[in-house]
Amino acid sequence: LAAQLSLSLAECPGTGSAQAGRAAACQGCPNQGLCASGAAGPDPAEAAELRARLRAVRHTVLVLSGKGGVGKSTFSALLAHGLAADETKQVALLDIDICGPSIPKIMGLEGEQVHQSGSGWSPVYVEENLGVMSVGFLLSSPDDAVIWRGPKKNGLIKQFLRDVDWGEVDYLIVDTPPGTSDEHLSIVQYLSATHIDGAVIVTTPQEVSLQDVRKEINFCRKVKLPIIGVVENMSGFVCPKCKNESQIFPPTTGGAEKMCQNLSVSLLGKVPLDPQIGKSCDRGQSFLAEAPESPATLSYRNIIQRIQEYCEQHHLQEEKIM
Amino acid sequence: ALAERANLAGVRHILLVLSGKGGVGKSTLSTELALALRHAGKRVGILDVDLCGPSIPRMLRAQDSAVHQCASGWVPVLVGQDKAIALMSIGFLLERPDDAVVWRGPKKNALIKQFVTDVAWGELDFLIVDTPPGTSDEHISTVEALRPYQLLGAVLVTTPQ
Repeated sequence: LAAQLSLSLAECPGTGSAQAGRAAACQGCPNQGLCASGAAGPDPAEAAELRARLRAVRHTVLVLSGKGGVGKSTFSALLAHGLAADETKQVALLDIDICGPSIPKIMGLEGEQVHQSGSGWSPVYVEENLGVMSVGFLLSSPDDAVIWRGPKKNGLIKQFLRDVDWGEVDYLIVDTPPGTSDEHLSIVQYLSATHIDGAVIVTTPQEVSLQDVRKEINFCRKVKLPIIGVVENMSGFVCPKCKNESQIFPPTTGGAEKMCQNLSVSLLGKVPLDPQIGKSCDRGQSFLAEAPESPATLSYRNIIQRIQEYCEQHHLQEEKIM
Repeated sequence: ALAERANLAGVRHILLVLSGKGGVGKSTLSTELALALRHAGKRVGILDVDLCGPSIPRMLRAQDSAVHQCASGWVPVLVGQDKAIALMSIGFLLERPDDAVVWRGPKKNALIKQFVTDVAWGELDFLIVDTPPGTSDEHISTVEALRPYQLLGAVLVTTPQ
């Protein structure tokens, strides 16, 4: 008789958790023995270190997707630029896409190196109030492939949080790679030392993207990460010559709008396709500054404002509770 | 080890579809390539090793299919208009299509190894392996598991920017 196969999808409790090696999800994992032996146990000293380092971070926003190539890095960079336009705010942009770090190029920082000081690694500053960190700055050549398995990636992410001297930060923006794996689990785990305001999830209108984004929404719910909302990128194209609007990526199943309705998450906004966006990214310039009149810029600014309002409101509520 | 050799022994050419970047069209190309080869009369299979974002089942309208076992291992799902393309994807193993596969590297590696050694592909002219973006666990494990076999090579996909 043919037996139907299905998977136990419970996720890894985390190598550092008390449940490591003992949870239902651990059955069949090659690391089960190691975790159960307690060898990979949580290090209270490490947790304390992270808490100390991140104490001066007021707001943290994760930029996620399930899907690749939808504009997470583009959005993270523009969110950082947008927030840093207020010179009284200190903004930090952390790129934890270890295999495909796009932030250095998008921020015009290719070729920059990370310097160490007595107080830790220095972020690379684009503006006085906008600091950036990425594995891209640690490579000797931009084409070097970082061919690392999960544990090594996790180690670097921990270092980024523990060893970088971010100083006082109003907004920490974390750009992530696509998926729901090591990097995502680790960042949520390590950032539990501070608090995460929430996640902004980026998608494009077509079902092939939404399919992966629904999984990301489920991931957020599983790890109890609040969802600030969803951004639909590449949402329509208006020809600059004839002003005709086309759907380059048709929302065959209702796009992000329908998905957000179905899953009760906020749709922060839709950003149209503008060839200038890709160009600005390639040249390391802020699209918001280069094309202030573009409908895409208007969309981005509205979305950034909504995120800011969410974070500020959140903060006020917390203060009330305290 | 004998059984391992047997499951890929009937596959003439193994082709990897890679990028570093996400969203450039790897799964789309893998699908179109498989369909084109099938149209040209070849026996084709697709192995989808994107565990977090498996796109191939939907592209071939097979989202609701299930995987069954036989004596020599897992039976790939037959997809395409004439149900003649063999497909294996984690998408078939999910209880609900929106379930997130939140696994760390070691668990992903274990499943990929199973996908390579335990699927009874039978006689194929081409096995196309669709990958997720990056250069990490999935890629390392897939290449390692396929090392004993004749890998035809990799097709790299990009967009202009």
